[in-house]
Amino acid sequence: MNEAKFRPGERVRVLKAYPPGHIRTPHYIRGCVGEVERICGAFPNPEELAQMRSGLPAQPLYRVRFLQKNVWPDYAGPATDVLEIEIYQHWLEPA
Amino acid sequence: MSDEQGKYRPLSYFQLMEISLRELLVEKGILTNEQVDAEVENMRSRTPERGAKVVAHAWVDPAYRKRLLENGTKACEELGLDVPALKLVAVENTPQTHNAIVCTLCSCYPRMLLGIPPDWYKSRNYRSRMVREPRKVLDEMGLKLSPGVQIRVHDSTADMRYLVLPMRPAGTEGWSEERLASLVSRDCMIGVAVPKGPAD
Repeated sequence: MNEAKFRPGERVRVLKAYPPGHIRTPHYIRGCVGEVERICGAFPNPEELAQMRSGLPAQPLYRVRFLQKNVWPDYAGPATDVLEIEIYQHWLEPA
Repeated sequence: MSDEQGKYRPLSYFQLMEISLRELLVEKGILTNEQVDAEVENMRSRTPERGAKVVAHAWVDPAYRKRLLENGTKACEELGLDVPALKLVAVENTPQTHNAIVCTLCSCYPRMLLGIPPDWYKSRNYRSRMVREPRKVLDEMGLKLSPGVQIRVHDSTADMRYLVLPMRPAGTEGWSEERLASLVSRDCMIGVAVPKGPAD
């Protein structure tokens, strides 16, 4: 199992990468900056599982909270609205 | 292939694929038809009443509510609800915050608590718009939220599954858990509706 690099409250950026294959990081969130809401534990990497490999070592999984206005520049609702998404550690970098 | 009205319709690509794969698995002895039927039956037997039971119990027991928010999976097990192979995260509505669930990638859904997802939950329309303009989508579904209430949309993209813990409606003091559970619809636990009490 890979060690969790980020702590709740830390700011992280989702990598802006477009690798082929089974990816569970939605396109719309790539490149966005948010804050770690919680660490969910560690899970086999789904990108590897999809290739019939073990997915090990398990990847830490985070729930990351984004302000809607940081995701959609033209977001119409209040500035406090948020979006929370599960993102695996290898898709995150410090921000 | 006939639909419910008896009209002939050709099989879709995915229907054909499902039949072909199932027949192959049975032919090769990996599964039996009985096992497939039993699993379908099992899936059908799970209904949103399971989730409503969890919500009603959390409403009457503050210590249970706390445990549910800390560890949803364990809290379900306490009520004898098995939630295999997944982590359940319960998210709580408050006067300041409203939660709603979507899966933009496919249709991840807490089936063990809510059963089979409704068609709209799997639609491209809901999945693409719920993260982009949630207030408009909720409004179209009949839920008007004041601009003072924060919306937290949860995109269920990986290993967690989500259950919205709605607010207990006013005027339900002293109600039994069964009666309270009857107020909790599937849509309330997805976060596209809120339970209505006697005063609403």
